[in-house]
Amino acid sequence: MIKSFKKNIKGILIEGLTLSSALVIIAIIVVMITVIVIGGKEQISWEFLTSFPEDGMTKGGIFPAIYGTALLVIIMSVAAVPFGTITAIYLTEYANENAIIAKVIRFAVRTLAVIPSIIYGLFGLGFFIKFVGTEMDNAFLGGQLKWGQPNILWASLTMALLTLPVVIVSVEEALKTVPKDLRAASLALGATKWQTIWKVVLPGSVSGIMTGTILAVSRGAGEVAPILFTGVAYYVATLPSSLSDQFMVLGYHIYVMTTQSANVDKTLPIQFGTTLVLLALTFILNISAIIMRYRIRQKKSN
Amino acid sequence: MTIEKILTENMDLYYGAKQALKSISIKIPENKVTAFIGPSGCGKSTFLRSLNRMNDLIDGVKIEGKILIDGINIYDNNIDVVTLRKKVGMVFQKSNPFAKSIFENVAYGPRINGLKDKKQLDEIVETALKNAAIWDEVKDRLGDSALGLSGGQQQRLCIARTLAVNPEIVLMDEPASALDPLSTSKIEELIVQLKEKYTIVIVTHNMQQAARISDNTAFFYLGELIEYDKTKKIFTNPDKKQTEDYITGRFG
Repeated sequence: MIKSFKKNIKGILIEGLTLSSALVIIAIIVVMITVIVIGGKEQISWEFLTSFPEDGMTKGGIFPAIYGTALLVIIMSVAAVPFGTITAIYLTEYANENAIIAKVIRFAVRTLAVIPSIIYGLFGLGFFIKFVGTEMDNAFLGGQLKWGQPNILWASLTMALLTLPVVIVSVEEALKTVPKDLRAASLALGATKWQTIWKVVLPGSVSGIMTGTILAVSRGAGEVAPILFTGVAYYVATLPSSLSDQFMVLGYHIYVMTTQSANVDKTLPIQFGTTLVLLALTFILNISAIIMRYRIRQKKSN
Repeated sequence: MTIEKILTENMDLYYGAKQALKSISIKIPENKVTAFIGPSGCGKSTFLRSLNRMNDLIDGVKIEGKILIDGINIYDNNIDVVTLRKKVGMVFQKSNPFAKSIFENVAYGPRINGLKDKKQLDEIVETALKNAAIWDEVKDRLGDSALGLSGGQQQRLCIARTLAVNPEIVLMDEPASALDPLSTSKIEELIVQLKEKYTIVIVTHNMQQAARISDNTAFFYLGELIEYDKTKKIFTNPDKKQTEDYITGRFG
């Protein structure tokens, strides 16, 4: 049973090939992060983070973009987290696994997750702005234009739709980790199904709901396409103070500086700085979500 | 003659197409301990769970025949399951305290019934913990998490939690099977005390346990109630050969 030399070589080659493609991926990430960190670290300062852009974005800071991103993800979460949680409760607690309605909902959730983000943007434009917004203006403001144009509310709701599948899946997973024994104990004490969900199942799923929220926020903070038509602005001189205001966002700010600026070279350090801030933000959010998810899985395996 | 608290007549239970209980007719007296014994899969736990309709939670379970508690058929359409379960409490095989404090575990039942008054809650919790013979061990740390208690303490806490709802019947599904001998004997003593106030129905794998604590014993085998009589008679001079074979350890 001596291995043939030919076979041996073939084995080594295949292993080498698979390993090197894996290494390429690591290399790409390392290069990407290194370039961004080296290019951006000089730029990061308290002033950069807290001041407005100046001189056609060639100087000054990115505060409105940070503020806009934060506001976007907060409004988005306020919409997506309760809605997603309620849907997840229906799927895990009420729907029969094999019922057609549950299958249709699951199919819809999966479909939502694979729709290209630009389509969400178009949907937001057509549905929220042209339909809901315009109808609101007609109904309450006598046709005066207020809600029938891009703003932070429509952008956040569009983003909420995009992140809904993330929330639903995370919360579902968390609800399933609450042991059947505990539900049985509660029901046997004469609790109704809703009391059991509210007092036993949901408190046991808080970390899962948090994980879903963080993942949704990290996705929402990085996406640009859904808000392109629905509310993000090239530049606004004031911070958004009402839901009908437009706003700036980190991801779009980078795009604007690289393609729309009169002097792209001069904005380069700020581009690097902005990219570093966005990258750090999504990294921190994702890592905290991974840690929480890991803890939930450990709890489940116990 | 004692009064019967629970009475079933020709009760059949199906899991889908499979029949798990066959024509069970039994009269369970008030303020006594009634034990269900039999090999694994004989249907004794399934029968126990029918008495507070916990089987409702399982898809595809169908029940025929009558189960009367205080003369009322608990499977009638107009029966409120929530009220039924307050009257017929249940203690599970594996202790299952909530991830809450000791106090909140016991207060859970009264709270979901809408009781908010702190003083009344304090009283109910103290009485329930005393009745479950765990008060002395936990009275100084009612605010601590229930998950920090030992297995035996957790099970007595679960009994206290059940008692706090003020049930008339307490169903126990092998409540001591996961416990060490010392904790087991504490639970057994407790059960004997509890029958003064409650009707106790206990499923057990442990025949010595049934012999020690129960007044009546029912022997189940393959979904049928083979024999039901005074515990003393079942363990010394059973009528049926199957019962004798089981209690003498020839099978099961």
